[in-house]
Amino acid sequence: MRNLKEALTMRFEYKNKAINSKENKKLYNVLLFEKIFQKSLGLIGIIIVIILISIFITLTVTSIPSINHLGVKFLYGKAWNPVTDEYGALPFLIGTLLTSLLALIISTPFALSTAIFLGEYYPKGLVSNIFKNIIELLASIPSVIYGFWGMVILVPIVRNLELKLHVLPYGVGILTSSVILSIMIMPYAVSLSRQVISMVPPALKEGAYSLGATRFEVIRKIIIPYIRSGLFAAILLALGRALGETMAVTMLIGNSHYIPKSIFSPGNTMASVIANEFTEATGSVYLSVLIEMGLLLFVVTTLINILGRQIIKRFILH
Amino acid sequence: MDKLLKLRFYKDKLFKSGIILLTLLSTVPLLLILFYIVKQGITAINWDFFINLPKPVGEKGGGILNALIGSGIIIFIASLIAIPFGAIAGLYLSEYSRDKLAYWVGLCVDVLQGIPSIVLGIIIYLWIVKPTGRFSALSGSIALAIMMLPPIIKSTEETLKLIPGTIKEASLSLGVPYYKTILRIILPMGLSGIISGSILSISRVAGETAPLLFTAFGNPFITTNILKPMSSLPLLIFNYASSPYDEWHKLAWGASFVLIMLILFLNIVTKILERRWKIQF
Repeated sequence: MRNLKEALTMRFEYKNKAINSKENKKLYNVLLFEKIFQKSLGLIGIIIVIILISIFITLTVTSIPSINHLGVKFLYGKAWNPVTDEYGALPFLIGTLLTSLLALIISTPFALSTAIFLGEYYPKGLVSNIFKNIIELLASIPSVIYGFWGMVILVPIVRNLELKLHVLPYGVGILTSSVILSIMIMPYAVSLSRQVISMVPPALKEGAYSLGATRFEVIRKIIIPYIRSGLFAAILLALGRALGETMAVTMLIGNSHYIPKSIFSPGNTMASVIANEFTEATGSVYLSVLIEMGLLLFVVTTLINILGRQIIKRFILH
Repeated sequence: MDKLLKLRFYKDKLFKSGIILLTLLSTVPLLLILFYIVKQGITAINWDFFINLPKPVGEKGGGILNALIGSGIIIFIASLIAIPFGAIAGLYLSEYSRDKLAYWVGLCVDVLQGIPSIVLGIIIYLWIVKPTGRFSALSGSIALAIMMLPPIIKSTEETLKLIPGTIKEASLSLGVPYYKTILRIILPMGLSGIISGSILSISRVAGETAPLLFTAFGNPFITTNILKPMSSLPLLIFNYASSPYDEWHKLAWGASFVLIMLILFLNIVTKILERRWKIQF
């Protein structure tokens, strides 16, 4: 213990000597550079933290007029009338939740099976490569093209369905947006859950196989219980993505300012209202209300993201 | 065979077929979308399509030159900002991962990745468009640059972390200072990750519309002035797809086709780069 301390002090003295006595100017420069280098790298890191914090502060400060004007009524008010400065975001909150949850319900079975297919049945080889590439491609198609495609292909299909069901045939609406959203978030959910599935220790699976379990039994009784929390996180992160998705939804949801009566009726999500009305918002309160909606989106998606990532990180550390 | 055993095998087979069926079904949308875009897009594009401006309603023909130039400029400036910044941040995260600050930076990058793109549009509107009093291509580039950062940072960090520690130790043991080790040894070895991350992030923002709605705004004419509103491919698709005119829809299909092909091309380039450079380690 004492030796260590001595050694440390000696090293410290040596370093100080080298730095202070400028005899060894080269070493001094090197040490100085090292410090500058590390500090300037750290500075870039700090800038990223600052960007994020200032995003939050900007959103909060600019939505103060709206918070003052509306208070909590913003969350439960149903009327949306910029002329009389009445703003209730409830229809959009409901629209956002409805489309996102519906999209999750539609896409989860597909995402889960694809993840099992890629993670368990065909983890390597040609088949797996083909499907992996297809999923990646789905992820890289721009939102606006999904929206355009939905307008041209999906809307007539939904309209026919609505005619058959004897509801008002809008074509656009909650259901149409949810279907497109489910296609858009599927690749994300697949890649996350595939990652999670590949984390299952082979020894566990092998143990079950050696006891005579079939593959189905291994998946149901070993893999799924093991990855439950990871799957939950994957679905949560997919939800976070669905909540903020803008363009495709804006093009397909029908832009109605009323609370949707059924999944066939048109509605609006928070993101689509912002996209539609932000450039037209003239009054300062109007603009501030839209920004408050952005703040809400930011806070919710951030919380979901942090939570989801923490769960996955903990899962991986296990 | 035992009846119970048979049932179990039967269940196993049924489950597997179910999985395969659902997986196949989930590839259907991609095939449909690609098929439709190619079918509609091919007929829309020709030489005129690339060298002309959009025509007013009622006139046949017209092209998307303004959007092509606009997209090019906006993405170029965004890359100019994001790539050096992202690469350095990734370097910091991988080299000083034990710092307390690095933990928070990593968290911020994760959060930044999850921010809805429309919110970034609002932010850049408040930061740049409102104070300067006009929509500009530059503000659009900055919005896209923020979106590009997380993928570049992540990809750089992950590649640099893959480099074996022995190489770093070898360099240090020769008396090479740490910063020189990073600049001369680690960074060149991790170049593949930086480049493929950058290209991937370009392909991701090339189709982004939402952050440009309130920043670059769109412009029916050609402009190379980055302080003026500028069009881009996704903005043009959005505007023309929402219009009721067939001619404009046709332009939008053509633009979608060009955009998809561009993104496909960038993705393939990334794949090739990743495969070729992976052998190094």
